[in-house]
Amino acid sequence: MTAPGAGPPDALASAIAPGEAAAAASRATRFADAARPALADTRLRRTLGAAVAAERDRAAAAAAEPADWEELREAGRALRDAALLDLDTHLESLERAVTGAGGTVHWAADAAEARRIVVGLVRATGARDVLQAPSATVREAGLPGALARAGVTVRPAGLGDLIVGLGEEAPSHLSSPALHRDRAQVRELFLRGLPGAPADLSDDPADLAGAARAHLRDRFTGARVAVTGAAFLAADTGTAVLTESGGEGRMCLTLPGTLITVAGIDKVVPSWTDLEVLLQLLPRASSGDRMTPYVSAWTGVHPGDGPREFHLVLLDNGRTRALADEVGRAALRCIRCSACLNVCPVYERTGGGPYGPVLPGPVGAMLTPQLRGVESAANASLPFASTLCGACADVCPVKIDIPAILVHLRGTVVESRRARPVPTPELVLMRGLAWTMGDARRYRLAVRRGTRWARLLSRGGRIRRLPGLLGKWTDARDVPAPPARSFRDWQGRR
Amino acid sequence: MRVALFVACYDDAWFPDTGKAVTMLLERLGHEVVHPPGQTCCGQFHWTTGYRREAADLARAFTRVFAGADAVVAPSASCAAAVRGGYPAIARTVRDPALASAAGALAVYELTEFLVDVLDVTDVGAYYPHRVAYHPTCQSARALGVAGRPERLLRAVRGLELVDLPAAGECCGFGGAFAMKNADVSVAMVADKIRHIRDTGADVVCAVDNSCLAHIGGALSRLRGGVRVAHLAEILAGTGPA
Repeated sequence: MTAPGAGPPDALASAIAPGEAAAAASRATRFADAARPALADTRLRRTLGAAVAAERDRAAAAAAEPADWEELREAGRALRDAALLDLDTHLESLERAVTGAGGTVHWAADAAEARRIVVGLVRATGARDVLQAPSATVREAGLPGALARAGVTVRPAGLGDLIVGLGEEAPSHLSSPALHRDRAQVRELFLRGLPGAPADLSDDPADLAGAARAHLRDRFTGARVAVTGAAFLAADTGTAVLTESGGEGRMCLTLPGTLITVAGIDKVVPSWTDLEVLLQLLPRASSGDRMTPYVSAWTGVHPGDGPREFHLVLLDNGRTRALADEVGRAALRCIRCSACLNVCPVYERTGGGPYGPVLPGPVGAMLTPQLRGVESAANASLPFASTLCGACADVCPVKIDIPAILVHLRGTVVESRRARPVPTPELVLMRGLAWTMGDARRYRLAVRRGTRWARLLSRGGRIRRLPGLLGKWTDARDVPAPPARSFRDWQGRR
Repeated sequence: MRVALFVACYDDAWFPDTGKAVTMLLERLGHEVVHPPGQTCCGQFHWTTGYRREAADLARAFTRVFAGADAVVAPSASCAAAVRGGYPAIARTVRDPALASAAGALAVYELTEFLVDVLDVTDVGAYYPHRVAYHPTCQSARALGVAGRPERLLRAVRGLELVDLPAAGECCGFGGAFAMKNADVSVAMVADKIRHIRDTGADVVCAVDNSCLAHIGGALSRLRGGVRVAHLAEILAGTGPA
């Protein structure tokens, strides 16, 4: 659930914000169990399905537009790989450049250290509240909870975060946290919890946006400290880059006096010119835009313009460990575009909640177990939360072979359990199956016996109920009764 | 041509008609079909479930059984993909260069690839008077990239009406162990797949993987959906009035 050294889980649980509590609670359970409430909620399924399909269609159209899209993807893959290959060097140049521009760099080995650093920085300003731009990394580090525990009010600056905050739930999507809520639900949430929401508020999108804007404007003008994430960090210039459609991030980095940016060490790219490629890939793959409405880039501090203090907190939190894995490290190429979420049939039906607080969708399924280890049953279940259909790999703008990494991680999970004194039932079953399949005679005998049993279990040519683990299949699907003679029996008698 | 047929373990026990159909089809086209004894399972299920060592053992056995074959044909795209794309990964993982080179020496084809690319036929002389929907399974469409080959073969079948399946490229929710490890999500996915199949008014839904068809067919059977599933090979083997 948390990184090593993050403190006892219950102490943390009591300190984290409602949205994170929901996410943390869901991580205590395996993906299959955490997914159940979402699957049972037909309204959620309908909203999520329609929203995801719309995102998917927009992104597909945007990817079809440039003639050199495949070359761009290849360039993106290559430069992300180059960035990760010499990450230590790039991080050092980044630190030099940021410091040279008047900023301060902090290194956080894990989420707990990031929390200590950020809480310390906020306390030093004396501010009682902070503005928080939407950021998966900020959530990953558990910052909203830590700040709340320190007596600091965290005010989400993004509309999506505002909505999920009012609903006391976890964000369901990387770029659209409230994707799973329909207009009527947003109206209800606003009427119930948004200060100043007019009593005659309609569920017209313009009306809803107006109410949110009026509320958020006060937040922006009064804020002294802001916390943001970053999409990329250019090592040569020391520049942080943020892409967004709402403009709330830009507000965060222009109005407050102190700006704290929390970013994973994997966000570094060697050079400012690398952004030429990445800023073509990201918006198209993400929301289907040729360019996001806002792209902000900031470098250190500038007298008379923007924040007077800039702090960059660089978070490891398992990234170095992921980097050491020769297959799994490709997951760190991810540029958080959410293209894989929008095409994943599993994500489309469960939303982001069951994936936990780090990242939702296929990218979460492959990155979370690497960052947090596969010791817990919840994290170990994530690589299996995929049919390996490959739709994600088809659209990934930096060409991460997500199914291959998931298979690799499944192997990691199985290997980690082999050493247990009492083997898992699954290991016994799979070993037995492999032993049987390992020899043609044993295999043939097993098929004959299995066929006989299966035919005994069948009624009218179909099996409606199987015992044990196989019962999971027959809960909703029939199995045809196998024919009396196998193919090889037929073939042998020809 | 002498063709070595690989019949997947579940096809052998559960869907023997598919292997028979491939044998009769290829013989009708004038080729010799052999079924190398000793074949069992390609190891795909173990590999994709994380059981590397077991998968490697089965992969080594597979390469021994099929070594030296001119062409290995599998009426299962996921097994063909496991051998072609999976074995090199298995070999890398268990650090077995001998397995990598043995796998690399195998010429493994999914049935429609073999018909269209190697034998260069699209009209196999079949007759099948039904309304048919084709479901492109993920392993055939994505891992192997069989693209339009199955549809080209189906369009040449006399009497067959091929209908467009909405959201055809979306996974049916089978995914091997996924169907049991995440049974609820799997069922939610197949429910949508079935809705799309019913919308077409098809009598039969076909594919080149019996595993996915067992999932789709199992749900159709539970719902008494009135639509049958059939492996593409069984359609191509069908004959009747010319």
